[in-house]
Amino acid sequence: MTALSLENIQKRLRTSRIPPVYLMLVAILVVSLVLDQIYGRGQMIDPTILTNILVRSVALGIVAIGQTFVMIAASIDLSVAYLISVTAVMSSFLMQGDPARVPMAVAVVFGIGALVGLVNGLIITKLKVNAFIATLGTGLILKGALNASFSNFTGAVPESFQTLGYGRWGPVPISIIVLFAIAIVAGFVLYRTKFGAHLYGIGGNEVVARLSGLRTDRVVIIAHIVCSMSAVMTGLFVVSRLRSGAPWIGPDGLYDLESIAAVVVGGTALSGGVGSVAGTLAGVVIFGILDTAFNQLGVDTFLKSVLRGAIIILAVASYTIRSRREAS
Amino acid sequence: MANVTVQSEKEVSWLRQAWARIRKIHPVFPVFLIVFLAVGYLNPKFIEPNGILIFLRRAAPLGILAVGQLFVLAAGGFDLSVGSQVTFVVIGGALLINNDPEKLTYTLLVLYGIGILVGLINGLVVTFMKVPSFIATLGMLLALKGAGLYWTGGAPRGYLTDNFRQFGRGFLEPVPVVERFPIAVVVLIVVVAIAAYIFHFTIFGRQILAVGDNPVAAKLSGINVRRVRILTFIVSALCAITAGILEGGFGGVNIIAGDGLELQAISAAVLGGAVLLGGRGAVLAAAAGALTLEALFNFLNLIGQPEGVRDVVQGLIIIGAVAYAAINARRR
Amino acid sequence: MLLKKKLYLLLSVVVVLAFVLAACGGTEAPAVDEPAVEEPAAEEPAAEEPMEEEEPMEEEPAEEMVEPAENILAGENAAIAPEFFDQEALDQEVAWIDAVPEGPEDMVWEQYIDPEWVDTTEYAKDGPYTICFSNAGVNNPWRVVGFNTMEHQVALETDIGEWIHVDAEGSDEKQIADIEDLLASGNCDGMIISPNTTAALTPIVEQACEQLPVVVFDRGVFTDCPVSFVRPIGGYAFGHLGAEFIVDNLPDGGNVLAFRILPGVDVLENRWAAAKVVFENNPQITVIGVEFTEGDNARTKAIVEDHLDRFGQIDAIWMDAGATAVAAIEAFEDAGLDIPIMVGEDQQDFLKKWQDEGLTAVAPTFPTFQWRTAVIAMVNILQGEQVPAWWVLPQPPVTADNLDSLVNASMPPLHYAMCGCEGMPGFPEDWGGQ
Repeated sequence: MTALSLENIQKRLRTSRIPPVYLMLVAILVVSLVLDQIYGRGQMIDPTILTNILVRSVALGIVAIGQTFVMIAASIDLSVAYLISVTAVMSSFLMQGDPARVPMAVAVVFGIGALVGLVNGLIITKLKVNAFIATLGTGLILKGALNASFSNFTGAVPESFQTLGYGRWGPVPISIIVLFAIAIVAGFVLYRTKFGAHLYGIGGNEVVARLSGLRTDRVVIIAHIVCSMSAVMTGLFVVSRLRSGAPWIGPDGLYDLESIAAVVVGGTALSGGVGSVAGTLAGVVIFGILDTAFNQLGVDTFLKSVLRGAIIILAVASYTIRSRREAS
Repeated sequence: MANVTVQSEKEVSWLRQAWARIRKIHPVFPVFLIVFLAVGYLNPKFIEPNGILIFLRRAAPLGILAVGQLFVLAAGGFDLSVGSQVTFVVIGGALLINNDPEKLTYTLLVLYGIGILVGLINGLVVTFMKVPSFIATLGMLLALKGAGLYWTGGAPRGYLTDNFRQFGRGFLEPVPVVERFPIAVVVLIVVVAIAAYIFHFTIFGRQILAVGDNPVAAKLSGINVRRVRILTFIVSALCAITAGILEGGFGGVNIIAGDGLELQAISAAVLGGAVLLGGRGAVLAAAAGALTLEALFNFLNLIGQPEGVRDVVQGLIIIGAVAYAAINARRR
Repeated sequence: MLLKKKLYLLLSVVVVLAFVLAACGGTEAPAVDEPAVEEPAAEEPAAEEPMEEEEPMEEEPAEEMVEPAENILAGENAAIAPEFFDQEALDQEVAWIDAVPEGPEDMVWEQYIDPEWVDTTEYAKDGPYTICFSNAGVNNPWRVVGFNTMEHQVALETDIGEWIHVDAEGSDEKQIADIEDLLASGNCDGMIISPNTTAALTPIVEQACEQLPVVVFDRGVFTDCPVSFVRPIGGYAFGHLGAEFIVDNLPDGGNVLAFRILPGVDVLENRWAAAKVVFENNPQITVIGVEFTEGDNARTKAIVEDHLDRFGQIDAIWMDAGATAVAAIEAFEDAGLDIPIMVGEDQQDFLKKWQDEGLTAVAPTFPTFQWRTAVIAMVNILQGEQVPAWWVLPQPPVTADNLDSLVNASMPPLHYAMCGCEGMPGFPEDWGGQ
């Protein structure tokens, strides 16, 4: 059978829609497992620990999916970390441990998320402020508003709400199901709707998109609203695990920079127009594998940071190095 | 080099342009003046010569970082690694000098050597591996912070000696009029002067703007785009090392000395009119942007505003500054 | 023109958003904004005192500009959320300051105050043990010294076969996942947890308790399921001691500048809560500022400079953690002023400065030797020996009397003197000393 020849496999890989980041994902997983067998306790292969890699990735994963939307449109959102904090604090404050108040609280935080996304989008499109500065600015505003009004864990989410973070459906943690559900919906929107196609169009070339009659501003604004909503969902998930929210959980989790890094590692170009939800998921899971592998191998904490930095650069370089375009 | 006269004519016209640009006062200067006078109104000591010098001494590290950041921004990149570089200098400097004043020269040389290396790596990763500078320097931020702490075992070791610290803490004495003059302010003035010269009066400066404006066109017009971009990262790193030396001198050993400075430096440069994704900027305005931020923090402290308000105001100001610039640009 | 209109519209949207958020918190969050310890309109007698410290020998007309010092104990930064104030716990801790601890006299890390013993026979096992440790992080020098001490204690314990350590790098989410991994691996005979934040780690600690004996130390959790909670006397005692020292040394009153690292961390909140009570009870003391430093030296120095400008004189500095104490002192040196009464902590750089300059100072401690104790508690539990449910360790302050015995110039600047590690093999090199 010629189908198995190397060339053929290469060709298939190239034509298949599997993002190349999956090769990297498999490679990193295999290397981690092998290193763990040799130098660690060899437990990483354990199904519970493998599942936990996914659980670790849920919080970052949800927000990274939202980040993918804005980055495909050649925008960026640095305000997500503080929006996660706002969500966590506001929702636990509004719920006060009372299950009856859950719907109200969820509605309020989604409302805040939509508003933040709208403001981000408007500043970027109407005021023509660079997305980096615009969302850095709104992030600072959220941070300030939060610190001026809350200094600590306030209120709590009810026990029932914690099912989201800790519950299981059979052997499968609910959080993983939530992540995949969100990913599937996001994938559908990106690949099967007009809005998705418009996003790619704008990211590829905004001028052309505008000239061809697209209302580019509106699409970018919606992308920002989607991204902020995803940050709200991450906030809700995080607070369901932490029981109550503190203002520092967003920035301490480094959700802003890590979500961007995960999206880029997942194959989305910072310059827009290219990217996929599946790639982003793989990027996020790579971070989860690294965390777990570092733990299993007992890597020195400070060295972890060095390795993480180097791996992010190398992973991204592996796509970009062949590109003809100059990087920005 | 084929046609020398054209070249020098170009240079002259460019010089004139630069002068025109400097003379056409950037809005950051009046804004700075207003904030500065507001602080002075609340605290008259602040606008006495000594008060001004103390303020400048405090603002010097951020001013230098903003100037370095300007070079990278003008060429169309970002440098997020400067905050980690500052921390690295503070803890690495303490380890290298190890309480021995005689090792000062050695320590400074090693630190600047590391700075050049970091800038070079950033530049190479961006230009040859084509990793976007946002990601490249983000990776460097993580790696460098970890490396510094790994090197010292997690906590700073050794003290920075007085002769190391004099750059950030010391004064020149005696000086007429003000009696004593902070060395950090001298460093700030020298750095700004050199940077302004390079940025506004040399071919390299012109090339930076050309690359930032349109890398393809720059390449076609014969500019070595990669070399220019690598050099901007090295300039930024050298500024970061200098800022780190001042910061360590001012505050002493501390593992969070540089935390968050990268975003402040970008904010300051943007406030001074630098445009993200390149093509525009001015050194004096970037430094003024840093002074404005610092004066603003001072102002908010004085009117006793809680922590949060400071962030809100900073956020509004950078958005406002960029929106103002964008709208102005559109009107032209 | 249209453009301008849009600009204003959008900017006002941003502003409104900011203020709506701030207002939501401000009005709807009684839990945070109404500190239990103070009346909303707190214009206490102390606050009205104009505090004119116009000593003729001092300074020129510039003094006129100096703001009259106003006691700002009612200010935003001074506020304490009710969950961080518990009068009973405060009284208890203050009483413990003078309590005589039980246990071996020369090993302060094995001493305890008011023990309530727990029987641990149900956990007894034969060695060697595998002990797992979930660390919040080693993101500050206090934790680095503590962790070092802990690892050396592990090396001393012959019954520990394997020591599995995971580090959450200061993230709650990560620490929860770490503990889940440790539980899933099934390796651990017992688990030591140093929680990143009290409330957030509570659910997962409860899960861990169901499977194994757990020892928690440093920050607590909102559950008493761990077999033992190892802690020094506590934050109230820390804050109280420093504030009392200032009051005692300023019989005629004076201006106090208070520094805090950041809001919301329970052990730190307790420190300030106790100090605040002391200052409120002594109206001759004027608190001119309560400022957050985030542990940053440059910021601390700048705050001191600003307050010197505004108030002309600072008689004492109170701190909830001493990492930036030397930076505060340097601000006075740079301004050519005398160093005020200082409350620091047991970092070597501060102790050295104290000795060199002959300061009037005290250094309450939050001893790093508790990291040793946590290991000892865990081993005791697995051996079936009784342990205190709350292993309350003494919290000896550094005073002028014991200062000389604790200063060690060969140690790194941010080494914590009260580490109980001097006698351990590998000291001082392994702690960065020479």
